[in-house]
Amino acid sequence: MDRIPILKLGGALIVTIQVDMQDRLAIALEEDLSAMIARTGARGVLIEISALEIVDSFIGRMLVSIAAVSRVLDAETVVAGMRPAVAITLVELGLELTGIRTALNVERGMAIIQSRIAEEGEGHGGDWDRDES
Amino acid sequence: MTKAETLPIRSGDDVVRVRQRVRTLCIEIGLGLVDQTKFVTAASELARNTLDYGGGGDVRAEVVQTGTRKGLRLTFEDEGPGIADIEQALTDHFTSGGGLGLGLGGAKRLSNEFHIESTPGVGTRVTVVRWK
Ligand SMILES: Nc1ncnc2c1ncn2[C@@H]1O[C@H](COP(=O)(O)OP(=O)(O)OP(=O)(O)O)[C@@H](O)[C@H]1O
Ligand SMILES: [Mg+2]
Repeated sequence: MDRIPILKLGGALIVTIQVDMQDRLAIALEEDLSAMIARTGARGVLIEISALEIVDSFIGRMLVSIAAVSRVLDAETVVAGMRPAVAITLVELGLELTGIRTALNVERGMAIIQSRIAEEGEGHGGDWDRDES
Repeated sequence: MTKAETLPIRSGDDVVRVRQRVRTLCIEIGLGLVDQTKFVTAASELARNTLDYGGGGDVRAEVVQTGTRKGLRLTFEDEGPGIADIEQALTDHFTSGGGLGLGLGGAKRLSNEFHIESTPGVGTRVTVVRWK
């Protein structure tokens, strides 16, 4: 089965969604991400969606669900690169991306995650970057 | 004259194909990017409902014209269990299948015209139109 690659960069996991997501791929991504957060102690998940021409309730639910699981594992989810037409449509669809931060692009999304790591790192020594196997 | 075509909705891949075809037809009738995105999203919601709840079915796509005004009409049809309480199904956040419950209400908001007929035990037909 195909899987969406997950990249680790600093304390963040980065995923680029480029394909029309199908149910199984979405479930696999959610599982892979939570396993990887647990294993690496990542503090942020960046999901880049600039290739998505639409976000319907199915994709929306996947994003919200990833964010909810990540939050339980102490990682913040940032969705980056949403097309303006998609953002406008989401509002009319009635979909609220509860628990998800959005960023214009990957750079800004990473900045959000890095600042969170920097803030909280002062409290507990940034051990996330030493336990990668 | 109207131009009509029918596409099957029997798998997730079919849902993807419906989205792509609706996008092309939206462009053909001259819809702008935001309107295209809205109507493709509505089509995606309805196609997924046809698949998930209706047990599969099909969609008829027609380019329609009144005077000089062009539009795209989509009719989603299935012979599934039907919907007993349409008002409830249209209510935002109502779901019987663990969804967000936004598909039907959202598709209505994202279309210029919306019509739903459903008979328990017979099936469901949802018609949406977006005008240029
Ligand atoms: N074609 C259909 N046949 C039978 N029941 C349907 C059909 N379409 C919708 N329904 C019923 O209406 C409910 C609401 O549909 P709607 O699309 O609004 O939400 P959902 O599919 O449950 O969740 P979402 O679309 O947000 O993922 C569904 O849960 C289902 O019970
Ligand atoms: Mg639905």
